[in-house]
Amino acid sequence: MNRRLLLPCASAFALLISLTGCGQNGDGGIVIGEFASLTGKEATFGISSHEGTLLAIETLNAAGGVLGKKVELLTEDNQSKAGETSNVVNKLISKDGAVAVLGEVASSRSLEAAPICQQNGIPMVSPASTNPKVTETGDCIFRVCFIDPFQGTVMANFVTKSLKATKVAVFTDVKSDYSKGLAKFFKEGFIKNGGQIVAELDFNGGDKDFKAQLTAIKSATPDAVFVPGYYTDVALIAIQAKQLGLTIPLCGGDGWESQTLLDIGKDAVEGHYFSTHYASDAASPGVVAFVADYKKRFNGKVPDAMAALGYDSAMFLADAIKRAGSTDSKAIRDALAATKDFEAVTGKIAINAQRDAVKSAVILQVKDGKFKYLETVAP
Amino acid sequence: MDWLLQQLINGLALGSIYALIALGYTMVYGVLRFINFAHADVLMLGAYAAYFLAPAVSTVFPLPSLTGALIVTLLSVMICTGIGILIEFLAYRPLRQRPRLTVLITAIGVSLFIEFTCQHEAVFGADTKPFPQLLPVHDFNLGGLVIGSNDLVVVVTTLVMLAALWFIVQRTKMGTAMRAVSFNQQAAALMGININRIISFTFGLGSALAAIAGILYALKAPGIDPLMGVQPGLRAFIAAVLGGIGNLPGAALGGLLLGLLETFAGGISGLSNYRDGIAFAILILILLFKPAGLLGKATVEKV
Amino acid sequence: MSSSLNPSSITGAKRWLIAGVLLAVVVSMFSAQFNRYYLGILVDIGINIILAVSLNLINGHTGQFSLGHAGFMAVGGYTAAKISLVISPMLPPALQPVIFLFALVAGGALAALAGLGVGVPSLRLRGDYLAIVTLGFGEIIRVVVQNMESVGAASGLKGIPKYTTLGWTFGLAALTIYFVSALVNSTYGRGFIAVSDDEVAASSMGINPVRYKVTAFVTGAFFAGIAGGLYAHHKQFLSPTGFDFLKSIDIVVMVILGGMGRTAGVVVAAIILTLLPEVLRQFSEYRMIIYSLLIIVLMMARPQGLFTWNRKKGGAPA
Repeated sequence: MNRRLLLPCASAFALLISLTGCGQNGDGGIVIGEFASLTGKEATFGISSHEGTLLAIETLNAAGGVLGKKVELLTEDNQSKAGETSNVVNKLISKDGAVAVLGEVASSRSLEAAPICQQNGIPMVSPASTNPKVTETGDCIFRVCFIDPFQGTVMANFVTKSLKATKVAVFTDVKSDYSKGLAKFFKEGFIKNGGQIVAELDFNGGDKDFKAQLTAIKSATPDAVFVPGYYTDVALIAIQAKQLGLTIPLCGGDGWESQTLLDIGKDAVEGHYFSTHYASDAASPGVVAFVADYKKRFNGKVPDAMAALGYDSAMFLADAIKRAGSTDSKAIRDALAATKDFEAVTGKIAINAQRDAVKSAVILQVKDGKFKYLETVAP
Repeated sequence: MDWLLQQLINGLALGSIYALIALGYTMVYGVLRFINFAHADVLMLGAYAAYFLAPAVSTVFPLPSLTGALIVTLLSVMICTGIGILIEFLAYRPLRQRPRLTVLITAIGVSLFIEFTCQHEAVFGADTKPFPQLLPVHDFNLGGLVIGSNDLVVVVTTLVMLAALWFIVQRTKMGTAMRAVSFNQQAAALMGININRIISFTFGLGSALAAIAGILYALKAPGIDPLMGVQPGLRAFIAAVLGGIGNLPGAALGGLLLGLLETFAGGISGLSNYRDGIAFAILILILLFKPAGLLGKATVEKV
Repeated sequence: MSSSLNPSSITGAKRWLIAGVLLAVVVSMFSAQFNRYYLGILVDIGINIILAVSLNLINGHTGQFSLGHAGFMAVGGYTAAKISLVISPMLPPALQPVIFLFALVAGGALAALAGLGVGVPSLRLRGDYLAIVTLGFGEIIRVVVQNMESVGAASGLKGIPKYTTLGWTFGLAALTIYFVSALVNSTYGRGFIAVSDDEVAASSMGINPVRYKVTAFVTGAFFAGIAGGLYAHHKQFLSPTGFDFLKSIDIVVMVILGGMGRTAGVVVAAIILTLLPEVLRQFSEYRMIIYSLLIIVLMMARPQGLFTWNRKKGGAPA
C-alpha cells in the first residue's frame, strides 16, 4: 500500500477502535446530567440556574441522598452556543449514563437538547424555558416554569385592568425567542382586552443604545411600554427611557427578576412592573429557607428567578425519583408526568398533559429599590 | 420634527462613541497594517479598571465629580496603556515579519483569550456589573428635545481626541516617525528610527483611546460585562473601514455616519429588527462604489 | 506558494476519495455499535472537514480572505431543512435518501448563489476590506434568517428529520476533498494558485483573476451549503445564533492550522479542532481559555500550519 494512503487509513482505523468504547456509570450514585450556559453571552442566566441546581443537589445529599444513594450532578457547559448543546447532551446520556437531564434557561438550546433526550428515552426537565414549543418535542420533556402564553396573558390583563392602559408600545428583543414569544402572547391578550398597540420596536439583546427606539416609542404617546427582555438590557432601557423623559410605566416578564436590575437601573427602574415565578420577599417557609441557604452558600447573593427555578428543577426531579422508587428512566418519566401537588419554591406545581407546569404567577413592582409583591395570578 | 431632531441628537451621541473607538482601530492599522481585534477587549478592560478604581478614588475625591472622574480615567488609561504595550510585546512583536494573516489570526486569538479569561469567575465573572456614576449627570431639556450631559461629554471628548491625535501624528517628532514607519518600515529603520519604540508607542496610544472610550461607553450604558466590547468594537471596525482604514478623519466620519444610520433605522418599526444588519449592508454598498472607503486613498497596484 | 507541478498529485486526490469512501462504508457498517456521543462527534468531524476544505479553496488556494463561511452554511442548512420538512411528510419513507440528496443539493445551490453574491464585490476588494465584507455578508444572512418567521426566526427551526448518517457525511467529505483537490490540481485549477501568488503577474499571463475568484467563492459556498444541510439533519435543530461570526472564525482557524492551501493538513486540522474541545471538556471552565491560547501559540510556533509534511517547504502566501 502506498505510504500516502496508509496515513489517512491508519488514523481512521485508530479513531474507529477508540470510538467503540462504551460509557461507564458513576460509582453507584444516581447520575443526573445538567447542561447550562456557564460561559458565553448568556452565562449570567446559566450560572444563576446552575447555582440553584447545585444547591438543591447538595441539600439532597446532605439529607442522605435519594433512595439511599448519593446524587451525582454532572454539569456540562454549552458556552451559550448553538450546536454545542447536542454534543453535551449526547455525552451526558451516552457516555456518562445520566438517568435524567436538567436544562436549560434559553428555549432555543432546550429545543436542541429535547430531540436527543426524547430519542434516548431520558427524561429532561427544563428549569426556565418558557417557549411552548420546548415540551412539544415528546413525552420525555418537562418543565417547572409556566409558559409564555400564560405569562403574556397575565401581563396583558394586568396592564388593562390595574394600569388602565389602552395604548401600549411593545419593545422586543429580536434575538431572543423568549422575548418574541412573550411579546406575541402579550399582544394577543391585550388586543383581546380591547387595547391598542401603538408602536412595535425591536432591539438586539446585548445592545447598549436604545434611544432611537425609545424616541420613536415616545412620539407614539403610549400609556405603558411592554419590554419582555432580560434584566441586563431592561435596566439600560429604563435608564435611557428616563433620560428621554419617558415617564410611563414599563412592564415585563420573568426575565427582569434579578438584583442586577436594581443595581444597574437604580432610580430609573422605580415604579415599573413585571410578572415572575416567585417573590423572594414572600413569607412562605420554603422561600425563606431557600433564600437563606442560597445566601449562605453563595456569599450573600440574593437568588433570582433563574436560581429558584434551577433549584426547583432538581428538587422536582428528585421528588419524582423518590416516588418512582427506582432510577429507571421510564419510571422517572412516568412519575414526573404524574406530579400533582409538588411544593416548589416558585409555587405549587402540577404537570398537565402537555408536560408543562401549571402554576401561578406573581406580579411585582420595583419600589424603594426592592421588588414589592403586588398580586398572585392563579392559572 | 421633534422626532427627527431628537433622533439626530441620539445618532450623533452614538456615532461619537463609534468614532472614538474607530480612531484607535484606524491608528494601529495606519502604522502596522493589521486589524487589532483585541482593541475592543482593551476597551472592556478600561471600563473594568475604572469600575475597580472608583471606590478607592472616591475615598479621596468623592464621586461623582469632575476631578474624581478625571483621576479614575487617568489611572485606567495608564493601566490600559500598559496592557496594550504588553499585548503588542508578547503576542504581536514576535510576528512582526510574518504574513499579515498570521497576525490577524493571532489578534483574534488574543481577543478570545481576554474575553474568556475575564469571564472566568476568578477574574471578573460573566455577570453584568453596575458601573458607578463618575460624573454628575444633567439632562438638558430644550423644548421637548433632551440632551444628556454624558452625550455632550462623549462628543466633546471625541473631538478633542481627534484633534490631539491629528496633532500628534502630523506635528510631533513621534508622529513623523509613526508616519515614516507606516510608509516603509525598512526605510524608516534605515533612517535611524527605533521601530519597536514607535510601535509600542502606537499601541499604548491606541489602548489609551480604548480605555477612554470604554469608560465613556460605560457611563452611557452603566452595565458592564466581559463581552461589552464586542458589539461596539465590530461597529467601530466597520466605521473605520467605511471611512477608509488608516485615515483619522475618515474614522470619525465613518463612526458618525454609522451612528446616525443605525439610529434612524432603529427608530422605524419594521426596520429596527434589521438594525444589526444595516451597518453591514451600508458598508458593502459603499465599498462597492468606493473600495478604499470614503476618505481612503485608492492605492495603485505595484507591479 | 511553490507547489510544483507534481504529476502524482492528481492521483493523490483520487487516493483521498478512495480512502474516504472506504472509511465511510466501513464506518457505517459498524455505526450501530457506536456510542451516540462518539457517533455525533464523528459526524461533526466530517461536517467540519467539508467546511474547512471548501473554505481552503477560497482562503488557501485562491488567496482570498473570507470570514463569512458560516453564512453560506446557514443558507444551505436552512434551505435543506425547510425542503425536507415540507417534502418528507408527503413522500413514502423509502424515498428518504432521494429527498435528502435533493435537499442537500438544493441547499448547496442556494449557498452557491449567495457565494456568487459575495464573489462579485470581492473582485474590487482585497485583504482586510474583503474580510470585513464577507463578515458582513455572514452577519446579514444571520439577521435575515433571524427575522424570517417561515424558518422559525429567533426561536429556531425544530423537528428536522435525522437523515445524516456517517455514510452520508464521510462520503460527501471524501467527494469534497476529491473535487477541490482535483480542481486545484487540474490545468485549469493552477490558475487559482497563480491568482493567490500574484494577481498582476497572473493576469499578465492571460489568467483571468475575476473568473477564478468567483469560481472559488461559488464552489466553496456550494460545499459549505452541503455541510450546512448535513449539519441541519444531524442536529435536528437550527438556530440563527449558531451561524455567527465565531463559527466562521472556527473554520478559518482550521484552515490556518492545517496550512493555507494544503488539503491534507486542513483535513487533519479539522479533525483535531473538533476533538480538542471534547478532550478539554473535563477542564470545562478553562477550555476556551486554553483554546484561545493555543491559537496564539500555534501562530507563533507554526504559522505555516501544523501539517506540512508532504509538500516542499515554501513561503506561506501573504
